[in-house]
Amino acid sequence: MNKVSRKADSIAVLGRVLRFMLHYYKIPFAIVILCILATAVATVVGATFPQTLVDDYIVPMLQSGSNDFSGLAKDLFRLGCIMAAGVVTAFTYNRIMVTVSQGTMRRLRDTLFGRMEALPIKYFDTHAHGDIMSVYTNDIDTLRQMISQSIPQTINSVVSMVATFVTMLIMDPVLTLISILTAVAMLLVTKNFSKLSAKYFIRQQQDLGAVDGFIEEMLDGQKVVKVFCHEEAAKEDFRRVNDSLRDSANMANRYANLLMPVNANIGWLSYALVAIVGAALAINGLAGVTIGTVVAFLGLNKSFTQPITQISQQVNFVVNAAAGAQRVFALMDQTPETDEGYVELVNARENADGSFSEVKDRTNVWAWKHPHKADNTVTYTKLEGSVVFDDVDFGYDEKKIVLHNISLWAKPGQKIAFVGATGAGKTTITNLINRFYDIADGKIRYDGININKIKKPDLRRSLGIVLQDTHLFTGTVMENIRYGNLDASDEECMAAAKLANADGFIRRLPDGYQTMLTGDGANLSQGQRQLLAIARAAVADPPVLILDEATSSIDTRTEKLVQDGMDALMTGRTTFVIAHRLSTVRNSDCIMVMDQGRIIERGTHDDLIARKGKYYQLYTGNFAE
Amino acid sequence: MRKVLQQLKQYKRDTFLCIAMSALEVLMEILLPAITARIIDQGLEAANLPAVFRYGILLIVMAFLGLVFGATAGRFAASAASGLSANLREAIYSNIQTFSFSNIDKFSVPGLVTRMTTDVTNIQNAFMMIIRVAVRSPLMLVFSFVMCMLISPHLSGMFLIAMVFLVIVIGVIMVVTLKIFRRLFSKYDDLNASVQENISAIRVVKAFVREDYENKKFSRASDNLYRLSVKAEGLLAFNNPAMMIAIYFCIISLSWFGAQFIVAGDMTTGDLTSMFSYIMSLLMSLMMLSMVVVMISMSLASVRRISEVLSETPDLHDPENPIMEVPDGRIDFNRVNFSYKHGSGKNALSDIDLHIKSGETIGVIGGTGSGKSSLVNLICRLYDVDEGSVCVGGIDVRKYDMEVLRNQVSVVLQKNTLFSGTILDNLRWGNPDATDEECIEACKAACADEFIDRMPDGYHTHIERGGSNVSGGQKQRLCIARALLKKPKILILDDSTSAVDTATDSKIRAAFAREIPGTTKIIIAQRISSVETADRILVLDNGRINAFDTHENLLKSNPIYQEIYESQVKGGGDFDQPA
Repeated sequence: MNKVSRKADSIAVLGRVLRFMLHYYKIPFAIVILCILATAVATVVGATFPQTLVDDYIVPMLQSGSNDFSGLAKDLFRLGCIMAAGVVTAFTYNRIMVTVSQGTMRRLRDTLFGRMEALPIKYFDTHAHGDIMSVYTNDIDTLRQMISQSIPQTINSVVSMVATFVTMLIMDPVLTLISILTAVAMLLVTKNFSKLSAKYFIRQQQDLGAVDGFIEEMLDGQKVVKVFCHEEAAKEDFRRVNDSLRDSANMANRYANLLMPVNANIGWLSYALVAIVGAALAINGLAGVTIGTVVAFLGLNKSFTQPITQISQQVNFVVNAAAGAQRVFALMDQTPETDEGYVELVNARENADGSFSEVKDRTNVWAWKHPHKADNTVTYTKLEGSVVFDDVDFGYDEKKIVLHNISLWAKPGQKIAFVGATGAGKTTITNLINRFYDIADGKIRYDGININKIKKPDLRRSLGIVLQDTHLFTGTVMENIRYGNLDASDEECMAAAKLANADGFIRRLPDGYQTMLTGDGANLSQGQRQLLAIARAAVADPPVLILDEATSSIDTRTEKLVQDGMDALMTGRTTFVIAHRLSTVRNSDCIMVMDQGRIIERGTHDDLIARKGKYYQLYTGNFAE
Repeated sequence: MRKVLQQLKQYKRDTFLCIAMSALEVLMEILLPAITARIIDQGLEAANLPAVFRYGILLIVMAFLGLVFGATAGRFAASAASGLSANLREAIYSNIQTFSFSNIDKFSVPGLVTRMTTDVTNIQNAFMMIIRVAVRSPLMLVFSFVMCMLISPHLSGMFLIAMVFLVIVIGVIMVVTLKIFRRLFSKYDDLNASVQENISAIRVVKAFVREDYENKKFSRASDNLYRLSVKAEGLLAFNNPAMMIAIYFCIISLSWFGAQFIVAGDMTTGDLTSMFSYIMSLLMSLMMLSMVVVMISMSLASVRRISEVLSETPDLHDPENPIMEVPDGRIDFNRVNFSYKHGSGKNALSDIDLHIKSGETIGVIGGTGSGKSSLVNLICRLYDVDEGSVCVGGIDVRKYDMEVLRNQVSVVLQKNTLFSGTILDNLRWGNPDATDEECIEACKAACADEFIDRMPDGYHTHIERGGSNVSGGQKQRLCIARALLKKPKILILDDSTSAVDTATDSKIRAAFAREIPGTTKIIIAQRISSVETADRILVLDNGRINAFDTHENLLKSNPIYQEIYESQVKGGGDFDQPA
């Protein structure tokens, strides 16, 4: 049952690839098929000509002793014209197929990437990045091979097979039977061998995955391996997984390699059988077979079996491609992040009566545009940056709640700090404000509006975020800062860099603001990357800011710069900061002490010290019970 | 290339067998058309049924032999190629095991993984293709040509013309496209890099609502790739028609001249049909050969990347007559200079002169980048000094057998790792022969027993890859227990209790003093509380020794120490417990 459905799946998935291709390239593909047909006709004519030559010219000429080659010359000229046409159509379809296959690949890549960008954060948290990458690097590539090679090759082979088959049938039905038997034998061989090799190819991919996992784990801990002189044991373990990969690769390829010689030689067997049976029939004058037909038939028989051999060679590519396509579509079919919000963020102008109205120009005043369906009115609320959590529960999956009864109020311009041990839920809270995750229960309000009603892009645009792990993009320093606000001028970017204390080091880089960054900013130090991330948030100029202070070690001087940069950025904004430094915590308007997903203490620094609770313990490092 | 082929080792036999079998298979394939010619000439045309049978059966036998040869060649090709790739992986892995820390720093883990999987698989496929086809095609070419020459030297001239035409056309196409392909590959790498970037930075993309921006950026890169691919493959589209031109040229000219030769009585009809067969296989093998060239040049990139790892030589070596015993836990640094990049002038440690008695407990403190980790890494010879010497037990560390030294000098690294397996499996990394009791003993000393006992499977609890199912503090305590099991003469903790709470931290230190009094202990820490009970405290600043004294004296006289102390007691240092 299972096997049947898996096979049906592969066929369905290949059909989907074809539909995807045809969606964009109907007409070119139709031309390709016509050209292939024309080419095949030319090929068949070319392949059967030697027989015409023998039957119509050489044998009669030998018999009559004539020396007049003009008829042959005329015939050859006609043949030459057909062949030339065949060459032209062959080139045409080859060339069009390049555009079709590469174009399909490009659209597939673009669609895949677009869909991936729309996936919720949860997807990236729950899937290994290496796995997602391998869809782009390994799986798409298997499709390229199939589209650009296997499809035209198979069409070509099928066409010439059918054409020869019809000719054969007309010429001699009896001998055709032998050819059919051979073809059936070849198809059976192909089916069974490819099933066997597919089984081992799947095992090879699994073993490859195992080797991959083993190397990754061991090399990640390679320094520990060294310190414990564990090299020999590590090699021993590796040999085990490596050997099993070798064995499955060996078996997979062994069966795959069998296909070609077996099929080619079955072709020769069929040749011999046709010759023997045909000769027997012809010489005994049975079934109306003549010597001429036998000779002609031998040629046809060869053109009949050859395409089967060719198709069988494509089988492995197609099996591989089906597996790849399945993974490509699996990623493509993931449910994207949903957005049922309808409140938008718009540029606004304050009216004399204190109300707001929407304007087109950039005013640096923003308002929430809130349409009410019930009475078809629109209200505008000024963007100020107050955030309220009202009894919020949250869990990464429904069964396991990790945040319990979180309530908090941040007035515009206030600074709220979260402290607590790793895993207490500090980062999780900040992920709820920008709706990277949706809450299970309770409400979060932004300027009095339930954040579920706000369009996600508009919500996120109003929030600035500096993550603990800084990610930069390949491009210049300037481009990386401008990432925060694509409309920002060079001057605005530099101003933001100055605010973030990043200007100094950027100017010392070889090309200043035009220095190229590669590999996630590998040529910068950890601290410098953080400064850039702060500048990036600064240029976005959001009313609400989420800061995750870095715990990673940076040198003391840069640390001071980062600290000052963050302080400058926080001024005048509602800020949620996941704090690791006392100086950050101390001047917060309110400190939330988190423990196991709950806020266990809250208040100002002085309040909390006076209370002598968990905060006091953390602060003094005194754990006396 | 040679480095890679050296790894064939025990599979050389299979490789040669594959080549030999391929040669025999080719021989059969070459002879088959000759037999078919006989069937036509001596059997059919002469209406001689016994001859048809005779040659027919010969044909079947030869086809059968061809099948056997072909199948065995395929079999040996599979085992040689999969064997080569297994050997390659093992060679790379073994070579990585000999790497010193500075060698490891040079390669990224994902880079090494790609080399051992994708690149090796590329080579496996290319190698299989090459030993089957690279031998087949030239042989086929030569045999076919010889057969043609035997039949008719005159007509063979035609083939030469067709061949020269094909070689020139395909050659030009190959040269041009290979150049484009090389550019194409680097574009492809860039595209993948940008996907990688987007996956790891997805939070940034989403936080700034840059999905559309990234989509446009990607589709621009994807479009570039498309243009370049179309250019390269558009050229390759000439291959097939060129091949057809060559074949058709041969068919027409052979038909024309062949007919005349036959009429003139210089040739038989059978000869003509077999010549048609030979030109097909001749030109086909030429085509195959051009594919092999492409295969080889495409896999060259993989070969180069693998050779890079294989030819990386470890920069630390065991001495000729290594000392196999460490007398005691004395440590001496004699005017040591050290840098990670030799000769860069940027010293990580400068002018370190330091003498530690056996059994002493030493605290090391200093800012990030002050050289604390570098200092201890020299003691167990994870790196070699540039100048001066480091002695353990009064003997230069470079004179010890490295395994002996590292078994006696146990380091708990700052970035430490647990491996998938049970807790006991992990502990026995320290000492494979340790009994369960010894393991439990070590865990008690490291204060790890309390949480292990609370786990459902106790010491048999399975640790996930990288220790992801235990907390930071628990991981650190397990790592300490693992190091204790070595029963070392020197124990080094490189910031190894940072995630452990202060109370447990002091319990661990108390256990050290009680359980292993004779062991020299070096404790690197950020917290003053972790080092204040040490016999002496080393204050490092910018790779130099700033002070080396007791807690009380330092508090009185050392400004750096005072500053750290102040900040931690009065606030400003690390607030919570980092992972």
